[in-house]
Amino acid sequence: MNEGGDSIVVDTATRIFRDLCEPATINEAEAGKWPAALWEALEESGLPLAWVPEELGGAGASIADGFAVLRVAGRFAAPVPLAETLLAGRLLSAAGIAAPGGPLTLAPVLGESHITLAPDGRLKGRARRVPFARHAGHIAVLARRERESVVALAERHGLMLREGESLAGEAADDVGFDGVLPKAAAASPIDEEGLKAWGAAARMQQMAGALERILEQSVEWALQREQFGRPIGKFQTVQHNLAILAGEAAAAGAAADAAAEGLGGAEINIAAVAIGKVRVGEAAGAGAAIAHQAHGAIGFTYEHSLHHSTRRLWAWREEFGNEAYWSGRLGRMVAELGADELWRFITAGS
Amino acid sequence: MTTSFRFDPIDLPPQAKALRQEVREFLRDEIAAGTFSPDAMPDGRRGAFSRDFSRKVGARGWIGMTWPKEYGGHERSHLERYVVVEEMLAARAPTRAHSTADRQSGPVVLRYGQEAVKREILPKIAAGELCFCIGLSEPNSGSDVFAASTRAKKTEGGWLVNGRKIWTSGAHQADYMIALLRTSPSTKENRRHGLTQFLVEMKTPGITIRPIINLTGGHDFNEVVFDDAYLPDTHLIGEVDMAWKQATDELAYERSGPDRWIETFPCLLELVRKAGDKPSERLAEGIGREVAHLATLRRMSLSVAGMLQAGKTPGVEAAVVKDLGTNFEQALPDRVRLLAPPPSDAEPDANDDRFEAALRYATLIAPKLTIQGGTREVLRGIIARGLGLR
Repeated sequence: MNEGGDSIVVDTATRIFRDLCEPATINEAEAGKWPAALWEALEESGLPLAWVPEELGGAGASIADGFAVLRVAGRFAAPVPLAETLLAGRLLSAAGIAAPGGPLTLAPVLGESHITLAPDGRLKGRARRVPFARHAGHIAVLARRERESVVALAERHGLMLREGESLAGEAADDVGFDGVLPKAAAASPIDEEGLKAWGAAARMQQMAGALERILEQSVEWALQREQFGRPIGKFQTVQHNLAILAGEAAAAGAAADAAAEGLGGAEINIAAVAIGKVRVGEAAGAGAAIAHQAHGAIGFTYEHSLHHSTRRLWAWREEFGNEAYWSGRLGRMVAELGADELWRFITAGS
Repeated sequence: MTTSFRFDPIDLPPQAKALRQEVREFLRDEIAAGTFSPDAMPDGRRGAFSRDFSRKVGARGWIGMTWPKEYGGHERSHLERYVVVEEMLAARAPTRAHSTADRQSGPVVLRYGQEAVKREILPKIAAGELCFCIGLSEPNSGSDVFAASTRAKKTEGGWLVNGRKIWTSGAHQADYMIALLRTSPSTKENRRHGLTQFLVEMKTPGITIRPIINLTGGHDFNEVVFDDAYLPDTHLIGEVDMAWKQATDELAYERSGPDRWIETFPCLLELVRKAGDKPSERLAEGIGREVAHLATLRRMSLSVAGMLQAGKTPGVEAAVVKDLGTNFEQALPDRVRLLAPPPSDAEPDANDDRFEAALRYATLIAPKLTIQGGTREVLRGIIARGLGLR
C-alpha cells in the first residue's frame, strides 16, 4: 500500500460503518438478522466489488483501496461478507468471470482444497466453515481440474449447507458441492496458495483494524473507570500493559501493510504474507488478552461491545492459515535459502 | 479517534538501494582484507572498536550523512543513513568508534552547539576521527535522568565541574563526552529544570576514568569522575538550565535504529545454518516465527527513519520500536536455545562452534538490552503518555 488507501474510499467506508454498523447491529446479526441496510449502503458505494474491473461489473478500485477499506471494516467489526465478496470478486475476475451482484463468499478458507471439477463439468467435494455461506448469493470455489486450478462460480441456492458459526458468532457453514453444475468455470491464475495469501492478507487488515479499535476502547475505559480513588489508567501496571497493546497494534498494522503490498504486484510476495499472518496473528492473541484484562469483568459480558472485536480476532487469526502454518512455511523458505542469504531475505524489496 | 501509532510504509529511493550494494561490497572487501570477521563475537571486550575502520567509513562519506556539507556532512537522506547503519550492524562491522557520534552526539552538536565548535568538531566526526560517549547516568540518577547532580559552576570564562557519571559506555576510548550537568537547582514547577548540556573533552585535567567490568568479563562501561574539571564557555551546548527541552529529540535518534533489534541476530543466523535446508517442522516454525518478528521490526524501524526524513520528531514511535525491538532481541537467545538440536558428545564441527559462540554471546548480553538507552519501564511510560494516559 505504498500510496496508502485512497482517502475518499476510506472516508466513504468509515461514514457507512459509523452510521449503519452500531453495536446493536452486530448483536442482531449474531442473532440471525441480516444487516440489510448496511449491506445495501455498501453495495451502493461499490465497495464490495472494488477489486473487480469495470468491464466485469465492478468498481475497478486499486488493491490498496480494497485493503484500506477492510482495515476500516475490521475497526467496526462489520458483520457482513465484505472481505469475502472482495476476495471472491478478485478470484473470479482474475479468471475472467464476471462477478454477480449481491453478497459473495469463497471456498475453501481452512485447509487444503479437496474440491474437484470433473470432466462432466460438475463439482465434487466440500468445504468447511465457509464464512457467510448462507447469506451469499454465490460462492467462488477454487477447485482442481486434473492438475490445474480452476475457479467455479456456484449459485448458493441448491447447495447442501450445514449451518455453523465462527468463534465470533458469524455464519460459518459447511458446504457440500457434490454434483453441482457451476454457472461458470475457468482456469484460475490464482492457485491454492495464492488464494490463501489473498485471504490471509484480507484477514490481516481486519485484525489490524480490530486491534486499533480495542486499543482505543481500552484507553478510553482506563481513563474513565475509577478504582482506589483514581482512574485505573493512572496505575503504572495498567499503563504499561496498554503500552504493550499499542505496540502490538502498531506491529500488526505495519505487517498487514507489508502483506498488502506483497499482493499489489504481478507476482505474489509469499514471504511478506507469511511474515504478516504470523505477526498479526500473534498480535491478535496478545492484544485481545490485554484489552480484556484492562476491562475487567465488564469486558467479559455479552452486553459490552469488546467481544465484537476480540472474538473476531480469535476467529480471523485461524483462517487462511494460522501462525503455525505460516511460520512453518516461512521457516522452510528461510532454511532453503540458507543462513548466508538470511539478511538479504529480510531486506528484500527495500 | 486515532489512538494508534502509525508506521507508514517506506519505499526506499533507488539511490538508497544502490548505496546498499555499495556498502555490501565495501564490507565484503574489508572482510576479505581481514579488517574484521563477521563471525567474531565482541564478547563484551569491545572487539567492535576500530579507529582505522571508522576512518575508512568516514572516507566513504558514511558518517554524518544527513548533515550539511558546510560542517563536513553529505546532505543525504535519513533513509540512506539507515541503510548504511543496518548493513554495518548486520555484518558485525566494528563501528563503535564512530557510531555514537554519528547517531546521537553529532546531531546534538549540530542542532545546539556553538558555531565555532560545530566547525571544529563536526567535520572530524564525519571523517571518522572522533569518538564520543554519553554522560547521562549517575550513581543516584539512572532512569531518573533529570535528577542528575554532577555540578557545573560558573567561573571566569567557563565552568568548573564536580561529580561522577557512571555506566558510561566507551568513556575510556572516547575523545569527547556530551554531558548532562546541573547548573541550577530544579524548581517546584519543573523538576527537570536546571540541567545543561556540555561538550567535554575527555583529556581535560580533573577527569578520571575508572573501568567497570561487566558480567561478560568485558570492559565497556566506566565511572567518570570530575574533580574541578574546567570547561570553556564555548563548550556549552544550547541554553543554560534548559537541557530538558533538547533531550527529547536526541532520544528519537537514539531509540529506533537497527541497533535496537539486531544485537542478538547472529544466534538466529547460526541456528538457520545449523538447521540446514530440511529442518524439522518444529524448527521451521520456530525460525519462521522469529523471522516474522524481525522483518516486521525492521519495517517499523525503517518507517521511523522515514518520519525523521519528513522532518517529524517521532519520539513516541521510536519508543514503540525500541520497546518491541529490545524485547524481541532479548528473548531471542532463549528461543533459539530451545529450538536448537540438542548438543551431543560427538566432535563438534565448525558450525557447532559458531552456533555456540553466537548463542553464548547473545545470552550474556541479553539483560542489558532492555536497560541501555532508556529502560523498558521508561519506554512504556513514554508510550503511555503518547496514549494520553499520563
